[in-house]
Amino acid sequence: MNVEVTPLPGIGVRKDFAIRNGRRVGVVTHRDGQIELIVSKSDDPDACLASLPLTADEAGALANLLGAPQLVAQLTEEQRELPGISTRQLPIKANAPFDGRTLGDTAMRTRTGVSVVAVMRAGQVHPSPSPDFTFTAGDLLVAVGTSEGLENALKILKNG
Amino acid sequence: MDHTALALIELGGVFFFLGVLGRLAGKIGMSPIPLYLLGGLAFGQGGLIPLGDIGDFTHLASEIGVVLLLLLLGLEYSAAELFTGLKRSWMAGLLDVVLNAAPGVVVALILGWGPIGAMVMGGVTYISSSGIIAKVLGDLGRLGNRETPVVLSILVFEDLAMALYLPILTAVLGGVSFLGGLEAVGISLLVITVVLVIALKFGRYVSAIVDSPDREVFLLRVLGAALLVAGLASAMQVSAAVGAFLLGIAISGSTAENATHMLEPLRDLFAAVFFVVFGLNTNPASIPPVLGWAVVLAVATTLTKVATGWWAARRQRIGRLGRARAGAALVARGEFSIVIAGLAVTAGAVTDQLAALATAYVLLMAILGPVTARIVEPVARALQRKAPRTETATASS
Repeated sequence: MNVEVTPLPGIGVRKDFAIRNGRRVGVVTHRDGQIELIVSKSDDPDACLASLPLTADEAGALANLLGAPQLVAQLTEEQRELPGISTRQLPIKANAPFDGRTLGDTAMRTRTGVSVVAVMRAGQVHPSPSPDFTFTAGDLLVAVGTSEGLENALKILKNG
Repeated sequence: MDHTALALIELGGVFFFLGVLGRLAGKIGMSPIPLYLLGGLAFGQGGLIPLGDIGDFTHLASEIGVVLLLLLLGLEYSAAELFTGLKRSWMAGLLDVVLNAAPGVVVALILGWGPIGAMVMGGVTYISSSGIIAKVLGDLGRLGNRETPVVLSILVFEDLAMALYLPILTAVLGGVSFLGGLEAVGISLLVITVVLVIALKFGRYVSAIVDSPDREVFLLRVLGAALLVAGLASAMQVSAAVGAFLLGIAISGSTAENATHMLEPLRDLFAAVFFVVFGLNTNPASIPPVLGWAVVLAVATTLTKVATGWWAARRQRIGRLGRARAGAALVARGEFSIVIAGLAVTAGAVTDQLAALATAYVLLMAILGPVTARIVEPVARALQRKAPRTETATASS
């Protein structure tokens, strides 16, 4: 993907790229760290349809939404030859039992046989989290296991 | 009532009145600068309420206002941004100078104000208001537009041009000979180059001198450094404002950001005083005779700015609507036109009519600029529908 980086003197930086239908999608990062999501208009590619200010948390959540399915799809693709194994995203919700606790605390592998292969946080992939990896609300766990194991894992994350 | 009490009451009255005006400007979505100018006209010489007791303070405060305006302008840009801006926009920047200084120069010559008046008016009509423009672009959600970098790099060029123009103007206003003028050009070019190189290579050392984790110490250091540099520059006849601008460029990174946050309220306060003082020193009775010329200049320089933006955007292969937007965005004039006129008036080298014309012109352009930027798109679209061309037929359907 060819991301175009354009300095905006006195304001910040614009980073965007053209998607398949020719429209531009990207972000304007202000110098004080504020982020704006931009989407170009269809009838006037120079102009922006929307210019949406996002807080750091909101930007992180959006990045998770966009990034996690792609990671899951990739892992699913890689495990196609292994029947019975699937990949799922498991969210850590706010005030969930494991918000603020570690992966080790869940005893996930022992209880369900499921492996947490990555954690998506604020659009960043944290691969192979160690048992002392501390979860926070908004994290998306990418987990691999049997369908039954994954169901159980979801329940554990929800109910403790 | 004793002198201090009266001065405090007068000053408080002025600030409070400006606060009311600023709120009004915010409500109707316009720049407060024209209202401050009108406020200044209402007070003082020939106005409704004479202000006698705070003259000394407001004079110094307005000088500090200019220093802070330019310091924060310099803080906005890093030296690297200035270089890329210059590389990208020097052709459009030169066209900008020629097209937009010309109307001011011509009108000043017609009115018989001589070469100095022409130089001042050229500057007044040339320089766009980067403050108003940046705000309008943000408000209209155009920061992500493709034509916006074009607009911003023209503004960068204009600000560098100011750094060259102000010392020359200061020298000319000081009554130096042609040779002395050339010397001033040489010195200012040299100083600007040296400062830019220092800022680019050793910016962090300059930042380290003023930086401090303690807010109070930081504020005092930045403000102290700015006034010191401005004063020294002024003593060397290189214009106090430019000294502050160059210091702003040399301070970079997070230090610049923190300094901007901290100095913004101070800038707004002292700059407001500056606009009021400029209005104060202008006799409202002298405006009606030059109002016709102000309107002529307003129309002419609106067209020339739109042409500049259009041409610059076309060179970056931006569509017709984007070109129109770029042109209209550049129309606003404001603080720096008044800074230039203020320098000339303080030096006493030009007629009082010039102050009146500059005031009327900035009043018109500071209001007209944001309006133009707002209405350009519907107008351009309507024009496109009326005269559909093959290039844009699909866009307007």
